Amino acid sequence: MKRRGWVDFLFIFPCAFAFLMVIIVPFFLGIYYAMTDWDGVKSTVSWVGFANFSGMFSEPQFINSFLVTLMYTVINIVLVNVVGFLMSLLATSRVKGRNFYRAGFFIPNLIGGIVLGYIWQFIFNNVFYDVGLTYMGQSFIARRETVIWAMSAVNTWQYAGYIMMIYVASIQAIPDSVMEAANVDGANYVTRVFRIMMPMMASAFTITLFLTLTNSFKQFDLNFTLTNGGPAMRFMGSAIRSSQLLAMDIYRTANQFNLMAQAQAKAVVFFIILVVFSLAQVYLNKRREVEA
Amino acid sequence: MSVQKTSAIDGKHASSGEKRGAGIIILEIAAILIFILFMLPFLLVVLNSAKTSKDIIISPISWPSDWTLIWRNIVTIFDNPSTDYLGAFSDSVIITVLSLAVISVFSAMCAWALVRNKTKWSTVIFLFFVSAMVIPFQVVMFPLVRWFKIMGDAIRFPLLGTYHGIVFAYLGFGCSMSIFIFHGFIKGVPLELEEAATIDGCSQARTFFEIVIPLLQPTLITVLILNGIWIWNDYLLPLLILGSAGAVQTIPLAVTSFAGSYLKQWDLILTSALLAMLPIIVLYLFAQKYIIKGMVEGAIK
Repeated sequence: MKRRGWVDFLFIFPCAFAFLMVIIVPFFLGIYYAMTDWDGVKSTVSWVGFANFSGMFSEPQFINSFLVTLMYTVINIVLVNVVGFLMSLLATSRVKGRNFYRAGFFIPNLIGGIVLGYIWQFIFNNVFYDVGLTYMGQSFIARRETVIWAMSAVNTWQYAGYIMMIYVASIQAIPDSVMEAANVDGANYVTRVFRIMMPMMASAFTITLFLTLTNSFKQFDLNFTLTNGGPAMRFMGSAIRSSQLLAMDIYRTANQFNLMAQAQAKAVVFFIILVVFSLAQVYLNKRREVEA
Repeated sequence: MSVQKTSAIDGKHASSGEKRGAGIIILEIAAILIFILFMLPFLLVVLNSAKTSKDIIISPISWPSDWTLIWRNIVTIFDNPSTDYLGAFSDSVIITVLSLAVISVFSAMCAWALVRNKTKWSTVIFLFFVSAMVIPFQVVMFPLVRWFKIMGDAIRFPLLGTYHGIVFAYLGFGCSMSIFIFHGFIKGVPLELEEAATIDGCSQARTFFEIVIPLLQPTLITVLILNGIWIWNDYLLPLLILGSAGAVQTIPLAVTSFAGSYLKQWDLILTSALLAMLPIIVLYLFAQKYIIKGMVEGAIK
């Protein structure tokens, strides 16, 4: 069986090698760089310990980015899932042409966030402005009170169709007999949705909540081309970008200011928060699935 | 789940037992309104791609007076010296196709070897691949660029700014999920077929390429679609590996550099957005069933 082992090695090697070189090595290098004075220019780096980590928590832009990202994530989880769920009810109802609607709702999700960001920037600044859909006489993305909501609205438009499809697949897996039995027992539509469908869709909710959480938290493309972090505002005594999410803050720290080590430290914190949040969310949902 | 079955059970839970009445009419109106709302941004892109910058400022919602302007805008974009749009398009196609080829073949090979060779090590390697899926791109992106530079210098074969460099990076980022999907499928494939081939004197590699690969086809489509849409639309990885002004460009890079240099020239920016969207929408019209199935199954697994 020696030959078998040799061929297996050859079969595993390409992926394992690429994976090692592209993810594992840079991941550990990144943790190391976060504790150095790496600036992207000089060829040697020296150890500074946790100095890069302590600095970020007193930086107004980072604190604001952190809070805004949390807010954006919470708004999106609610908005995308509520809209996606309602659309899935519509798309599995007896509405004529439901397959056509389903296919249509799915389209925004196929287009990249970069392109969609420009399109919606145009819609907010020109189209909505032209028809008078504004806040205090200004575009929704030019006011710091509304900019996060505008981004969430675009994200919902982009993502709800995808989430809807996951719910549709889950609804279709519910046995006919269950819904009929509830109907015979006199349960009305709303009761059937809340008491029968939703508990039976528990595993779908685990997936959709996980997807919306991680996608919103990692949002970059849309943020970059829709608002580019703007508009400016004052926070803790300094001028900052009000809609700059964490992923963009990491990118700009490195790209605009050449603070590679500080950016990397932020990225490590970003990674830890993301892992803690998503594990907690999956754990809570799995527990609920068992109860249901 | 087959498509026939899907359509047969459609609508079963909505109002089972109830007659089509006022309720269904309200639902139908709601569906139409949501549909219009979802399509409106695309309509606005098309309408304004057929206008001049001045016309857009006068009215971004009016019907264009001269549809031939859309061609003139496209020609302006193609002729633009600073952004090679056609070059970016062909580069995007090359990068996406090559990446899909290596990701699907190597991931299938890897997943098959891991399933069929059940040892402690294969389990450990598989868990390694799967657990790395939680690592966000942001935490590896800057060290990756530096590491690619170091490796490229060491082997005197640059990885930054090249096709092979970015395809290699896509293999590394794309293989985890693809191996995971293939692994789940191959576990359910009975071993008898492969054993019969081995008894007939078929080598292990030939068994894989001639017996296993054809069996993987439905899963292969899922893997191709999930990775294809991600790679086609991806922005940050090409930006970091290829650079915003490198010799190799992709469509998202071209759109941003174009929008950056023609600030507020919405006629051209929207036309370039239209050109960027068109290939995917055309593909979607033909392969809608597979795309939806692929993306939903990819998420559920």
